[in-house]
Amino acid sequence: MKKSVIIGALTVAGLAASAAVAGTMDDVKARGKLNCGVTTGLVGFAAPDANGEWQGFDVGVCRAVAAAVLGDPKAVEFVPTTGKTRFTALASGEIDMLARNTTWTFSRDVDLKFEFTGINYYDGQGFMVPKDLGVGSAKDLDGATVCIQTGTTTELNLADFFRSNNISYEPVPIETNAEAQQQYLAGACDVYTTDASGLAATRATFEDPSAHVVLPEIVSKEPLGPLVRHGDNNWGDVVRWSLNALIAAEELGVTSANIAELSAAATNNPEVNRLLGTEGNLGEMLGLDAEWAKRAIMAGGNYGELFEKNIGENTPIGLARGLNAQWKNGGLIYTPPFR
Amino acid sequence: MSDQSIAFVRHETLPPSPPPASETGIVKWMRENLFSSVTNSILTLAALYGIYSILSGSMPWILGGIWQAPSLQACREILAGDSAGCFAVLTERWHQLIFGFKYPQEAYWRPTLAFVLLIVAVAPVLFANLPRRMLILTGLYPFIGFWLIWGGTIMAPLMGLVGFIVAYMVFQRLERSSFAMGALGGLVAAIIFWTLGGYVSDAMSGFLALEQIPSRDMGGFMLNIILGTVCVSLSLPIGILLALGRQSNMPIIKIICVVFIEFIRGVPLITLLFVANVVLAYFLPPGTTFDLILRVIIMITMFSSAYIAEVIRGGLAALPRGQYEAGDSLGLDYAQSMRLIILPQALKISIPGIVNVAVGLFKDTTLVSVISMFDLVGMIRGPILASTEWNGVYWELFGFASLLFFIICYGISQYSQWLERQLATDHR
Repeated sequence: MKKSVIIGALTVAGLAASAAVAGTMDDVKARGKLNCGVTTGLVGFAAPDANGEWQGFDVGVCRAVAAAVLGDPKAVEFVPTTGKTRFTALASGEIDMLARNTTWTFSRDVDLKFEFTGINYYDGQGFMVPKDLGVGSAKDLDGATVCIQTGTTTELNLADFFRSNNISYEPVPIETNAEAQQQYLAGACDVYTTDASGLAATRATFEDPSAHVVLPEIVSKEPLGPLVRHGDNNWGDVVRWSLNALIAAEELGVTSANIAELSAAATNNPEVNRLLGTEGNLGEMLGLDAEWAKRAIMAGGNYGELFEKNIGENTPIGLARGLNAQWKNGGLIYTPPFR
Repeated sequence: MSDQSIAFVRHETLPPSPPPASETGIVKWMRENLFSSVTNSILTLAALYGIYSILSGSMPWILGGIWQAPSLQACREILAGDSAGCFAVLTERWHQLIFGFKYPQEAYWRPTLAFVLLIVAVAPVLFANLPRRMLILTGLYPFIGFWLIWGGTIMAPLMGLVGFIVAYMVFQRLERSSFAMGALGGLVAAIIFWTLGGYVSDAMSGFLALEQIPSRDMGGFMLNIILGTVCVSLSLPIGILLALGRQSNMPIIKIICVVFIEFIRGVPLITLLFVANVVLAYFLPPGTTFDLILRVIIMITMFSSAYIAEVIRGGLAALPRGQYEAGDSLGLDYAQSMRLIILPQALKISIPGIVNVAVGLFKDTTLVSVISMFDLVGMIRGPILASTEWNGVYWELFGFASLLFFIICYGISQYSQWLERQLATDHR
């Protein structure tokens, strides 16, 4: 019977190989499901809840794309990937897109042959210290002991930061984030450094979060975004503009509350009309119908709503918009025009 | 003669008096075992203090634990600064820890029933005094278990089973002419039958069908048990064959077995798992979904059968040469002398080693969490610790995982000790 399974698998493989010649979008439509790579679990970004439903900020991007292409935000097969398996999963075609807070870097874009389709979160390395330490800036940390995960870019960034400011530090090498939390709480180090979103999530789990502060300095750039394989630009466009539609919706004031009203008939704002398909033929250019963006936005709300619901200030993680505010509010979130 | 001349003579014997208090009961036991010397007394007191301080620290934490709360924050509010466990995470997520987060809740009875049947099916193999007829269930179990856990039509496992029967019948027919002929004929017959049976079960896909559940939805402790059971039961026969092959006089078989064993033993299990998950994806055609659990089972089985082969080879080497010669002088052929004389003795010697490998293998199944499969540890490290409600709960979750593993592994080890006593025929 093992044999029959293998023979079956090979048959499926043969069929899939012939189908792979067609574009990714046709594959997704034929399959009726979007295979979206996510993390095996990161607080606020992607994790299944008690009912087994995936929730989170990155998950929201997957659902928006599925809604735009297939018309159903639930038509997503979430494929959990680790830091080690994510790129092979995408390169081998096991997943159609990867939304796994992956930093956009030169070598990943060029050498690994992926196409980053935008940035949905601007992260950066920060520092957390106990309030008792009385430190207001990372530049006051001369001589501090620092808990740091080994073998990561954060380690190199830390060395650069301290050297350029001409101050000294004592590293305490740590293997995992969980271990780092325990070491930091036990007082093995004065400072814990990792990505600012991770610091906020870690701080939220402490018994007394108010006894710890995240310092204002951000010492590295970690732009996170969804990515697809090289070589299928049409599919890359679909993912890129689905994300952009969420961002544009926030900028234009289109929310899940008023979208039904705004899309019922053409409004005074031509860009809203083009976005929601009551004017122009943007959807057709993408190979989708006119209401693609409306469905993407209705899947989980616009960019701001997704942010507030999953990682915003009212959640236990409590991230401020900061760099991730709309460009009009002094942030970096900016979409090219829908025109 | 007067009465006075007669000395006092006791007419009845004294009743035996009880031994002194210091030489009986608990006092004696304590004197002999705990306080027999100054050093031992000091060690006893130190150990008592150690036990006391561990229990006084941990018992309030366990007994005062919170079992009902929606999140870690709520737990801490209820505790209001006290130190106690937040076991509410187990109350809310126990089903994910046991079955994984995607297995449909209304189908939980299926793996549970499969587990109960597993115990029934394994019992006659483990305990020789049970009725031999129960072995029929053992033979059927792999097909029933597959059908219950994965679902789909019953025709697929049924065809698999009938395929084996057809292969066996063809083998019996052809065995007269030669063993190799019979084996080959059986294999060909089985493949032909399974190919035809595949069409039949496809055509009758609605017949007695349970809801089909893909492998990627398996998870939790169920996944550990599936991997552990399947891999141990497959690797034992393969390990025996490898061990015999390594001792064979036929050079090609010997070389194949030696190379296989040495290669697998020289590679860490985690590397094999990465090969199963990542590297195979490059060799297979794009879009292939060659069942991940099957890939992992193949890799773990290869790994553990190499180890079991070496354990059994130790048992074979421990037998005196006279046993082999005895088999030959009785006129038994190779298969008979192995089956009747050598292996029963060699396997008996190997029991502790085999159990050691089996327990280690069962615990090694948690390694699949690094290739993004959600076994018990994967569920804890991934989804549960990454949920906004339960991020920061460590002791309770890992304590629960340790408890589950301890129960199973301790059971296996107790069984093996019992079995060794049962098989002790050497009157040592």
